[in-house]
Amino acid sequence: MAGNVDALFIFLLIVSGMMSLLIFVCIIIFATKYRYRRGVPAEQIEGSTALEVTWTAIPFGVFMVIFVWGAVVYFQERTPPRDSTEVYLVAKQWMWKMEHAEGQRELNELHVPVGRDVKMIMTSQDVIHSFFVPAFRIKQDVLPGRYTTAWFRATKPGTYHLFCAEYCGTRHSGMIGSIIVMEPGQYEAWVNGGPSGPLSVTGEKIFSELGCGTCHRADGTGRGPNLRDVFGKPVLLEDGRTVVADENYLRESIVDPGAKIVNGYKPIMPTFQGLVSEEQLNALIAYVKSLSGKSEAAPNKVTQNAPPRNDGQANGQQVQ
Amino acid sequence: MADSSIAVQNAHGEAQNPALLHHFAEPEQQRNAASLGMWVFLGTEVMFFGGLFVSYLVYRLWYFGDFGAASKTLNVKLGATNTAFLICSSLTVVLAVWAAQTARRTLLLVSLGLTLLLGLAFLGIKGIEYHDKFVEHHVPGASFSFEHEKIPGHPDHYANAQHAQIYFALYFIMTGLHALHMIVGIGIFLWLFTMAWKGRFTPEYNTPVEIGGLYWHFVDIIWIYLFPLLYLIDQHP
Amino acid sequence: MSMATAKAQITERENYLNKEYGIGSWLLTTDHKRIALLYLISITFFFFIGGFFALLIRLELLTPAGDLVQADTYNKLFTMHGMVMVFFFLIPSIPAVLGNFLVPLMIGAKDLAFPRINLLSWYLYIIGGIMMTHCMLTGGVDTGWTFYVPYSIGTNTKFVEAGLAIFVAGFSSILTGLNFVVTIHRMRAPGMTWSRLPLFIWAHYATSIIQLLGTPVIAITILLVAAERVLHLGIFDPKLGGDPVLFQHLFWFYSHPAVYIMILPSMGVVSEVIACYARKRPFGYAFIALSSIAIAVFGFLVWAHHLFVAGISIYAALVFSMLSYAVAVPSAVKVFNWTATLYKGSIHYDAPMLYMFGFIGLFTMGGLTGLFLAALGIDVHVTDTYFVIAHFHYIMVGGAVMGYLGGMHFWWPKISGKLYPEGWAKLAALVVFIGFNLTFFPQFVLGYLGMPRRYWDYSHMPEFQVLNVLSTAGATILGVGYLLPMMYFLWSMRYGKPAAENPWNAAGLEWKTASPPPTFNFDTEPVVTWEAYNYEELDAPQIQEVPVGR
Repeated sequence: MAGNVDALFIFLLIVSGMMSLLIFVCIIIFATKYRYRRGVPAEQIEGSTALEVTWTAIPFGVFMVIFVWGAVVYFQERTPPRDSTEVYLVAKQWMWKMEHAEGQRELNELHVPVGRDVKMIMTSQDVIHSFFVPAFRIKQDVLPGRYTTAWFRATKPGTYHLFCAEYCGTRHSGMIGSIIVMEPGQYEAWVNGGPSGPLSVTGEKIFSELGCGTCHRADGTGRGPNLRDVFGKPVLLEDGRTVVADENYLRESIVDPGAKIVNGYKPIMPTFQGLVSEEQLNALIAYVKSLSGKSEAAPNKVTQNAPPRNDGQANGQQVQ
Repeated sequence: MADSSIAVQNAHGEAQNPALLHHFAEPEQQRNAASLGMWVFLGTEVMFFGGLFVSYLVYRLWYFGDFGAASKTLNVKLGATNTAFLICSSLTVVLAVWAAQTARRTLLLVSLGLTLLLGLAFLGIKGIEYHDKFVEHHVPGASFSFEHEKIPGHPDHYANAQHAQIYFALYFIMTGLHALHMIVGIGIFLWLFTMAWKGRFTPEYNTPVEIGGLYWHFVDIIWIYLFPLLYLIDQHP
Repeated sequence: MSMATAKAQITERENYLNKEYGIGSWLLTTDHKRIALLYLISITFFFFIGGFFALLIRLELLTPAGDLVQADTYNKLFTMHGMVMVFFFLIPSIPAVLGNFLVPLMIGAKDLAFPRINLLSWYLYIIGGIMMTHCMLTGGVDTGWTFYVPYSIGTNTKFVEAGLAIFVAGFSSILTGLNFVVTIHRMRAPGMTWSRLPLFIWAHYATSIIQLLGTPVIAITILLVAAERVLHLGIFDPKLGGDPVLFQHLFWFYSHPAVYIMILPSMGVVSEVIACYARKRPFGYAFIALSSIAIAVFGFLVWAHHLFVAGISIYAALVFSMLSYAVAVPSAVKVFNWTATLYKGSIHYDAPMLYMFGFIGLFTMGGLTGLFLAALGIDVHVTDTYFVIAHFHYIMVGGAVMGYLGGMHFWWPKISGKLYPEGWAKLAALVVFIGFNLTFFPQFVLGYLGMPRRYWDYSHMPEFQVLNVLSTAGATILGVGYLLPMMYFLWSMRYGKPAAENPWNAAGLEWKTASPPPTFNFDTEPVVTWEAYNYEELDAPQIQEVPVGR
């Protein structure tokens, strides 16, 4: 993405450079050529509709080109590829807590392999923060009470700044971290180095500890909906609406179960707000997602991933 | 302030009108300015309440059932009575303006007096409703409680207390600001009544009644929107 | 300082300055010109308070470590800088000082339509200002001027007091706008048709519409946040089911148009001053006038471009991005028209004109960088970085304050009856221009490199230091540039040469009465029989050539 953003940025630099050059050159020429001379009065010119239309239409046309280009880049930035590796992030004053789908937990640091699409699923425990990695040209506010997502694919090993970009209190400027991009081999070593199990396994444990399985039975006979193959699919609600079961829907169904009842079921589920932490919520959601065919990327897939891609970097930032 | 006394001896030596301020050329201009000023002011008031209406709209859509459940606990009869009072008061205000323009002093005083009474009755009933909500612990804050209230149409579905609290927060802020406007309106009409008693209003000079009336109508209209949004959203035949 | 002026003119004819003496004649005045001076003194006070905070911010950022002030202090500094500068300087600046003084004069009225409400709005401003000052002296507030929830709900600093100060000052702004709209509609002199209105008036008319329709929304938003803080209602608190993004929508619904409250009056000044020093009717009068209205209307439709990374739907972002480009068009049209006005003019390089050249240069850069921010893909990267800081300072300081200073110079002879020292004024214009660019241009680069805004400490990113040092150096130059005019304006009140009725030989009714004007503005009620900007007649040889300048 960095390449696309930089290309548009350079295009805009050229366009706005030309526009300001045009204006400044005209001003300088007029201001010197028509400076006050005794006996030479100003020539009164009422205006020109043709000119006005021209300099309304042409800039508008140029603006629309920029708009479309910007929108295309934005859609890329906002649409994570389907098979991205997922990392859950919980922000709080003033730190970043991250948990890989594979189960590794990190604080203010995120290790990722080169060339892998990484999708961040983020929420905040307190106020609004913003996940900002300048080198990847991505930024996304992290809100309390819901998930927002961002994604990136690093193309060159190295350590990159992670900043909080939304003011969040005393140590806002201390809420920084690093994205550590590693060669796939190194990354695999790092993954195997730490004690962990996949996040979905943690989620499964919480799922059974909380007794969720007594209603959400795998055979579909429970008092709650069967959760197998739910994620990412449309769900018919009792009021006739249909929603897609994304992360935010799952989250809402846990903390505010009465909000969107699945058609054919009764609103009997108690709320788990305050009973499960943000991290446990993430694990539960990872578990529900693992029940839906496309499980999260397993650690052993690392080496099979696409080789690092280099997108013709404009300013030496070696990341995608 | 000092302006009005200067006006008596204005530079043009035209027919003097003690109510004409020095910087206006003629009473017509002054009347138009005052009237436009009130209209513009009401435009800003629309935006002031507009922020609240937008918030209401967002949460009504988010927490549809919970808002319905919370709305059910309001006293529709008292609300409807208040609506009727305000509609009647709009009539008396129109009569007052007409009476001032046509020099009917008794009608003017009666209309202004009735308007005042209706406005006070409105506030009194509003006070009773607030008291009921207070007793029921429906005032948002530490003592708020909204347990075991069913969502209308869903007999086995309890409303979310937090979401109901947002409804009541909006209810109290919207009706509270409206009541504040009513109190200001009553102040204005008390002043108008005093001036009318002293016989200050004539067919030539009655701008205060007119623009005071504009304000009163506006406050009524706000209520005409508040009543269905707050009281009637979950009334079914 | 008024007394000094008054004494110097004791032998002169009666005017608004020397008609009455004593503190009461000022504090209870309903004369729009005296109220304008009251505003001038009060906003200058707040300008230097806000400037002092800015200087401390720049000094802190001179080194990467957070070593000058504590983190909490720094957070309060940028919050107070923003709140004071936006709500207590920029928004009232041109409308409440130059607008108050000139709107009645330019349309040939004796006063604004509601003189007492005008005085009331100054008092509201002062009450708000006292609350703000009290809040600053007793600990301050650290929410940032945008006071986003839920941070502003939870912080233990004095948000409620600061919020109420802004609330009260907001009503001052509403009442000023109301007064202008009614005055422009109802108080124009005979013959002063809409198509003869000076462009300054058109700009103020558009500004007033924004003040009237936008300010109430921020007022109710502040009330809701304050209520949320005190009573925990849940409207904005996500822990209680509220939506923090709704707050951002309501906040920017006002605060984006508020940028146009700051810049539109400045654009009005530019149109007047360029016409005078090019000795020409502005090119495309109707288009400049209409573009002001277009900016006011479109300005209300673009607020969510501040929310592109805040978690709004990508489709909403599309709409708001496109509308943001739509609002850029009328601003571009204005710049083109001003440039075309210079064509075949007879251009004088007096100090106000230098400020206008500065305005066009800085505003063009501010506007063009706005195109970057409106482009969705780029906004994601540069929003909430120093790129945004630089962008809006180019508009609000480079644009609005340049216009304000240029306007103050242009109309100073009318306001004070004295001429300012031309050499010093030219020097100040140059110093401000250089200092400004040195302060804020490096911030564009910083932003693109990724330095986030509101950072107290960047010791982990020492690569940002060079640009920050440049910026701080520029800020000291800029500070000097702003002190100079204040000093020579004060000096000129006592020692300046008396100004003639129309020292620049400018068009416009305000120049057809004495300098300073009498209390009721005109000795005889003006009747307008000519078109606006009749420079051809003013410069016609038979009326004997009056050299412009001194």
